[in-house]
Amino acid sequence: MPALGPNPRLAVFKFASCDGCQLTLLDCEDELLTLTRRVEIADFREASSQVIEGPYDLTLVEGSVTTEEDRHRVQEIRAESRFLVTIGACATSGGIQALRNFADVEEFSRVVYASPQYIRTLATSTPIRDHVSVDLELRGCPISKHQLLETISAVLTRRTPDLPTDSVCIECKRRGNVCVLVARGATCLGPVTQAGCGAICPAFHRGCYGCFGPQGTPNVPPLTHRLHELGASRGELLRVFRTFNAAAPAFRQASESEERAKT
Amino acid sequence: MTERTVAVNYVARVEGEGALRVRIEQQRVREVELRIFEPPRFFEAFLRGRAYTEAPDITARICGICPVAYQMSAAHALERIAGIEVSGTVRALRRLLYAGEWIESHALHIYLLHLPDFLGFPDAVHLAERHPEIVKQGLELKRAGNQVMETLGGRAIHPINVRIGGFYRCPTSEEMRTLRSPLERALAQAEATARFVATLTFPQVQEDYQFVALRHPEEYPMNQGRVVSSSGLDLPVERFEEAFQEQQVPWSNALQSRSKEGGTYLVGPLARFALNRDRLTPRAAELAKELKVPSPVLNPFQAILVRALEVVVACEEALRIVRDYREPSEPFVPAPTPFPGGVGQAATEAPRGLLYHRYEVGQDGLIREAKIVPPTAQNQARIEEDVRHLVERSVEAEDAQLQDACERAIRNHDPCISCATHFLRLDLQRN
Repeated sequence: MPALGPNPRLAVFKFASCDGCQLTLLDCEDELLTLTRRVEIADFREASSQVIEGPYDLTLVEGSVTTEEDRHRVQEIRAESRFLVTIGACATSGGIQALRNFADVEEFSRVVYASPQYIRTLATSTPIRDHVSVDLELRGCPISKHQLLETISAVLTRRTPDLPTDSVCIECKRRGNVCVLVARGATCLGPVTQAGCGAICPAFHRGCYGCFGPQGTPNVPPLTHRLHELGASRGELLRVFRTFNAAAPAFRQASESEERAKT
Repeated sequence: MTERTVAVNYVARVEGEGALRVRIEQQRVREVELRIFEPPRFFEAFLRGRAYTEAPDITARICGICPVAYQMSAAHALERIAGIEVSGTVRALRRLLYAGEWIESHALHIYLLHLPDFLGFPDAVHLAERHPEIVKQGLELKRAGNQVMETLGGRAIHPINVRIGGFYRCPTSEEMRTLRSPLERALAQAEATARFVATLTFPQVQEDYQFVALRHPEEYPMNQGRVVSSSGLDLPVERFEEAFQEQQVPWSNALQSRSKEGGTYLVGPLARFALNRDRLTPRAAELAKELKVPSPVLNPFQAILVRALEVVVACEEALRIVRDYREPSEPFVPAPTPFPGGVGQAATEAPRGLLYHRYEVGQDGLIREAKIVPPTAQNQARIEEDVRHLVERSVEAEDAQLQDACERAIRNHDPCISCATHFLRLDLQRN
């Protein structure tokens, strides 16, 4: 962990995304003014008109790379950043817009735009780490406020942040939820999804839909086997793995395996 | 030749990425282009082939600031196809969730994005150094909105509890009780906010807007109503596309909407207020009178005041729903099996204005076609007109001043660029 000066500079940059993960920083209502006394907000366009040139001590990057211009911009941002943290499913796996990776982007463009020739976009949506080295990744669609604050304070105090890579199941048990897969037969990705959300979906009586992406050591086949036994169709499982973290390797393999079995 | 280009290369304090290019020739404004360079994400394309039950969760990801709006428009449109109607307490809970989003989104815009313009600060952090009590009040108000969304939706951004027919689980009476005191405090803070922003100095501007909003027989509009306009239009939502159409312009990744006659129009707080003043909740109505808020408000800078009044509406409604709450026996109305398929449209009032969705779904429950018309796409052409008028009025100004003024003119309408891309840099050319 690099040593930081007395007034570390924080920057927040956005690529293809919904703005929800950077909004998480503004959603830290109780901590925001304490945080801004500890760091200087150097570049955060959604929140400030003031822009201070790099280099930056801590850079948060939201969104995925989907344009030629952004491929270059991410390099420039990396070169100006001492510690770079990617935030959210788009930045860490390509996000929902990575559904284009499984389709023909030109056709997508024709569906939405009458004159697709004006639209410049890449055929794939890719995570930031496919383009530059990343120091830390925060999962989630959106990220967890708690994990964001933990990460910022860890970087400021030069310690390793506590970011578990075990499954939602562990959090679910800790929360005292009744298992929705066992008790309700719900299609739940909790066993293969990384913890961090606090097992919200099962607490609301629905199955986890995998918005934190695959956990550290996911064992997907036994889960899909059981879900099929409970009546989930191949199409349903294909879709549930192919949503907010569709291009994360373990989820991609799972959806492709359902796709092959379907045809 | 005195050609001049004024450019704002990245409009700050708005949601998403956009720029503005203004070309001035012989002291006359030739072109105003609001350019949305936020990369396209193709939601309408990848919704094809998805199960109709997935649309609320997927479309929420269009915008992290107003996910509930997307969930609501999607759910209502698909419920029309399913032939189900959500009523009673579950309907009230949807209004509560939407009120939470209005409080959070409006408080964010009023305090963190818009107020720094009026008080001369680059952001709320610098504002907080001089006036910590103001920013603290804003953050507390915002937190109350987020608490509503967390209690009812599981989390503030991309809530997980909305489904076709209602909710996965309704909150317990105890969970709802925890919202009472924060909402009572929020209502007092919302009223204080309206009184405070009414004292700001507003540039003297009057625009001739065509307003479009929903109108409901009893309520200030959120989830339901007819599409009405200040020029007398009054249509059921399913005829929205007869009156308004989207067009693509080469300089933007967002489609622009216009009325079928080719005119620009405005959705959002100013439009809702102009067309629904008689539907304000009691304390909001009293406050509008006390503060002598004109009817309609045609000064875009005063949108901050209308937003504050709408936070009062949202707090009053949220409190009413929380106080009257009794846990319903079923959290949702089930869809019929087999699924009938068909075409369904709905519009709801996102914090930034009317949000229209249309879906065509097959009898297999899979989406065949989706069309989403977000508020900022509808406002884009009208915002360009606001900017054009501003530059015409202040064409003698220095570039830096003009750039700043243009950004303010855009920010008045709280554009959400992430939504509209399916927006901002200022590039001012003078000739």
